[in-house]
Amino acid sequence: MREKLQQILDQALSEIGSAEAKEALEAARVRYLGKKGELTAILRGMGQLTAEERPIIGQVANEVRGKIEAAIEEAGQRAAAFELERRLKKETLDVTLPGKKITLGKKHPLTTVLDEVIDIFTGMGYSVAEGPEVELVHYNFDMLNAPKTHPSRDPSDTFYVNDSMVLRTQTSPIQARVMEKTQPPIRIIAPGRVFRNDEFDATHSPMFHQIEGLVIDKNITLGDLKGTLETFAKTLYGEETSIRLRPSYFPFTEPSAEMDISCFKCHGKGCPMCKGEGWIEVLGCGMVHPNVLRACGIDPEVYTGFAFGVGLERITLFRYKIDDLRLLFDNDERFLKQF
Amino acid sequence: MKLPYSWLKDYTDVGIHNVPAKQYAADMTMAGTMVGSWESAADGISNVVAGRIVSMDRHPDSDHMWICQVDVGREAPVQIVTGAWNVHVGDTVPAALHKSTLPGGVAIEKGKLRGVESNGMLCSLKELRLEERDIPEAAIIPAALLGDYKPLDPAKPSIPADIKPGDKVFGPVVAAKVLSVITARYGLFSVKLDTGAAAVVTESACSNLHENDLVAYNTKSGGICTLEDLHAQQAEFPHCISDGILILPDSYPCKPGDDICAVLGLDEIVFDFDILHNRPDCLSIIGLARESAATFDKPFALTAPVIKETADDVSNYLSVEIRDADLCPRYSAAMAKNIHIAPSPRWMRDRLRAAGIRPINNIVDITNYVMLEYGQPMHAFDYKCIDGGKIIVRRSDEGERCTTLDRQTRSLRANTLVIADPKKAVAIAGVMGGENSEITEDTQMIVFESAMFDSVSIRTTSRRLGMRTEASGRFERGVDQEGCVTALQRACQLVEELGAGQIIGGIVDAYPVKKPVRVLTLRPERVNALIGAQVPRDFMVKTLEKLAFTVDGDKVTVPSWRGDMDGEADIAEEIARYYGYDKISSTLLSGQTTKGGLTKRQKFDRLVNDACNAVGYNEARTLAFMSPKAADKIALTEDDPRRKAVVITNPLGEDQSLMRTTALPAMLEVAARNYNFRAPEIHLFEQAKVYLPKLTDNGNVDPNQLPDERMTLTMATYGEDFFHLKGCIEAVFSMLSIHGCVFLPCSDDPSYHPGRCAEIRCGERTVGHAGQVHPNVLKNYGIGAELYAAELDLDLMFELVDQEHRYQPIPKFPATMRDLAVVCDDALYVLQLEQSIRSAAGKALDHLDLFDVYRGAPVPPGKKSVAFSLALRSPDHTLTDAEADEIIRRILGVLTAEFGAVLRL
Repeated sequence: MREKLQQILDQALSEIGSAEAKEALEAARVRYLGKKGELTAILRGMGQLTAEERPIIGQVANEVRGKIEAAIEEAGQRAAAFELERRLKKETLDVTLPGKKITLGKKHPLTTVLDEVIDIFTGMGYSVAEGPEVELVHYNFDMLNAPKTHPSRDPSDTFYVNDSMVLRTQTSPIQARVMEKTQPPIRIIAPGRVFRNDEFDATHSPMFHQIEGLVIDKNITLGDLKGTLETFAKTLYGEETSIRLRPSYFPFTEPSAEMDISCFKCHGKGCPMCKGEGWIEVLGCGMVHPNVLRACGIDPEVYTGFAFGVGLERITLFRYKIDDLRLLFDNDERFLKQF
Repeated sequence: MKLPYSWLKDYTDVGIHNVPAKQYAADMTMAGTMVGSWESAADGISNVVAGRIVSMDRHPDSDHMWICQVDVGREAPVQIVTGAWNVHVGDTVPAALHKSTLPGGVAIEKGKLRGVESNGMLCSLKELRLEERDIPEAAIIPAALLGDYKPLDPAKPSIPADIKPGDKVFGPVVAAKVLSVITARYGLFSVKLDTGAAAVVTESACSNLHENDLVAYNTKSGGICTLEDLHAQQAEFPHCISDGILILPDSYPCKPGDDICAVLGLDEIVFDFDILHNRPDCLSIIGLARESAATFDKPFALTAPVIKETADDVSNYLSVEIRDADLCPRYSAAMAKNIHIAPSPRWMRDRLRAAGIRPINNIVDITNYVMLEYGQPMHAFDYKCIDGGKIIVRRSDEGERCTTLDRQTRSLRANTLVIADPKKAVAIAGVMGGENSEITEDTQMIVFESAMFDSVSIRTTSRRLGMRTEASGRFERGVDQEGCVTALQRACQLVEELGAGQIIGGIVDAYPVKKPVRVLTLRPERVNALIGAQVPRDFMVKTLEKLAFTVDGDKVTVPSWRGDMDGEADIAEEIARYYGYDKISSTLLSGQTTKGGLTKRQKFDRLVNDACNAVGYNEARTLAFMSPKAADKIALTEDDPRRKAVVITNPLGEDQSLMRTTALPAMLEVAARNYNFRAPEIHLFEQAKVYLPKLTDNGNVDPNQLPDERMTLTMATYGEDFFHLKGCIEAVFSMLSIHGCVFLPCSDDPSYHPGRCAEIRCGERTVGHAGQVHPNVLKNYGIGAELYAAELDLDLMFELVDQEHRYQPIPKFPATMRDLAVVCDDALYVLQLEQSIRSAAGKALDHLDLFDVYRGAPVPPGKKSVAFSLALRSPDHTLTDAEADEIIRRILGVLTAEFGAVLRL
């Protein structure tokens, strides 16, 4: 009987081993382990054995059953894997075929850079202020300490609607409007369209965008302005960027400065991009003129502040290495889609 | 403002010997006086040296070229061929050697000229980018050579071709042959002539004479004739031109081989400063020298001008009356007599030329030189032209005429400030002198003017007349009225030094309006608080004193020329720029924190952009202007309010003369541009402001009120259809949480196709329009595609945003789906059916989707079949079939009752 069991086991294992399809395995299971199967038949005949033989053969028979079951299980897994493999093979795609066309629109490069600048400053606790583009001479010049003889007031520089109304030439009038209405602390940036009487060319446009910054509080220093602009420049142009302030003049700030950044192309060594200077002029800034504070009802003995104005087109052109400002306003879709 | 570097040495020890140009430019810029660029007249000139002509031979194969042996300081002379006729043995000339360069990128190499080797080129003034005024001694006076004669009418020559020495030309003038030429001294030649009868020796300034030349000789005056002497025209003697090689005058001492740039003083470095508007005092060499001395920490010394000898008294000759002191706070004048007009000396010419001013003559040059040096514009009048010796400073009458030095007769507006005598205007004050009082060759007595004029008045005049001069530019920005007399004295000193005349004693100084001396307060702690540094008080005081401020305790007295200084902040800037902006350390803001961030509206505007991007639209940015023609181009009706716009009085051009009231024209222009670039399709949007003027009661634009600036969203596409655009707009609305907008047919917007335009409404309010742009409008813009556009009011859209935006619970029970197809009149809008279905179904309708519109058999003509898919749902149980059927029956009943629509079977 023991030999018979061994024989069944050998036969079953060989049959299972050669079965590839699930159906063949099922047939083997029925043949050996099923109610009418060969092993079942043998176990049924156990009654004829002696009491001593019975547990021994029973154990052998159970072992054989366990082995056959394990073999079927293993073969079943093998067969499933085989089936899956066959299916996956059949489902193979040419992944190099083009993707389905999803058309996304693009933001204008000026918007992208503007949003980035706004995010830098809102992250530092600044609010965004706005003001009218058709502006009163009062806010555009008078409140900003611009001398009556200042050339910027000339019709060759400024678009006039009438004697008291202009297209704002700068975003600085927003400063005055905000200071008039708000008591310090003030931290704002004020982006917007501005207008100058310039013909269109590669570097000029009669309409362009500025971003004005203004901070008024107690104990604000030129060092704070420098630190703020340094953060701004490094965020926009990379950590390796350094800045320098160069004395300058604007009617509404004193002391005034131009901010240069180290040339992002040559990192200060001098190249055609920076005309050999190693520095690129980026913005004008300074400490808010006491006359401006006073005009807006803020006591310059108590409060000080700084202001700066960035040309959005200029930093956008640098950012994307665009060599002609007119491209920004041509709105050729082949251009717009690149950003 | 141009600064010839070596000029500084008159006042301070800063120069090329101790500060290299690059460092000078960098340090001055960082101290606040910005150097824009610097250059030298020697830039571009290399390997050009002084050469002495050793010998000259005629070129064997040319009738006009000479073969010169030139000593250029080497062992042996070099051979250079020249075509110029004014060169003589012994002359010193600029010789451009083999592998040399000249201004303008000209490169000189050795070569052969008609077979004869030439190892370079002899240079003219022009080739060194100089002109005769720069070296007047080197002016070339040519004689008329008879061999050159080309008769105007070949049939009637006035000089026969076979003329020979002794033959009469006309009157006392005979032909003569040059036997020899010896240079007597610079610019003067001793010429031996064969006059036919005899050999004579004469002196001539003509430098084009050589042995065997045939000339015209005036036997009476004993001179060799020039073109002028012969009353001949240039065309008759084409080679008789005052051009040739620069023969170096004795005032340019040098030896062969010396670098020509050094010899001619071209190696001067000239810095071009961008002077800030508030620093007119730096529009002067002295101003720049003061800043330079302070920057490089060198002593600064200014010596007061001294006049050694005077004769007579100015009050015997001249009086000044200022009638309009508001425009002329000070007018001072001085006089000189026995004037001898001549070129000014080389040093003065060189400085003027380097500073960008053309030398004219000694008196004019002195006025320009003093203007450069002191920043005080000066003028010189010919005294004999000033009637009665009386100068009157007054406003002009309307239409008064004045002919200025540039020979233009100007008609003046009333209130133009003029300098006049009792009878006439002799100058437009501060702008330009009058021709009637100009300094000429025979001027005997002069009046120097050194005055202060009102900057606004000068600016207005110079703008109106279109005359921007060195003087007007300075007056516009403000001159130091305390310095008027010093400048005058300096001019007198120069007259004396140059031997240009004799100074008359005394000055006339009308000074009705004095400017108070400004005294500011120095509070070192406030200065430090402003700049964020710990600058010692000593440094502050020292800096201010270097700039000529006087400091006494906390009182700082401002020098008269520093009109820009009016407060503490100005003092802080002076200190900061000399302390060094780069030394101020960067700090981050301290103090009370602020909330910051974007407002809801600002976030909304960003979201609009994102939403448009998401539906595939690219952002455009156009100019805010509009052409007056645009209203017609987009077919606005005559009474359309958008025809009333803010008008720019000084626009770039008519097409940019209005502030736009609609962004559609700009968008159509952009579309047209892309269409012309053959773009197969476009998807563009712009968030644009429009400027709607406030109107007065009678409907005109109110000039006293700022316009209403509203944000609009304009979209445009071609290559798609109406429903694509509509779908995009709906998706944008969805992203912005704007609900309940409907598209209603709109046939009366003249910019759009009457059958393909929708008014977008939310309740009673119109959000905007969308549709196919009218073919006539598209034709106006040259667009050949079906273009769809939308114009939406973003300000209104923001008001419509569902700010609450509450969560809707996810339904617990499944929806029951039903399809419903009805046949109705073709003219019925689907929206009407939809609205009825919604109201009939009530809350049970979870979702309604149109899935088919069908016309054609078996649907009768004039009818259409419209099929919807409905999702019905109850919040508290799964609807039974019976309940769903009941709802559908109810809907159908309403559709039949309202529209006669019947179920399609």
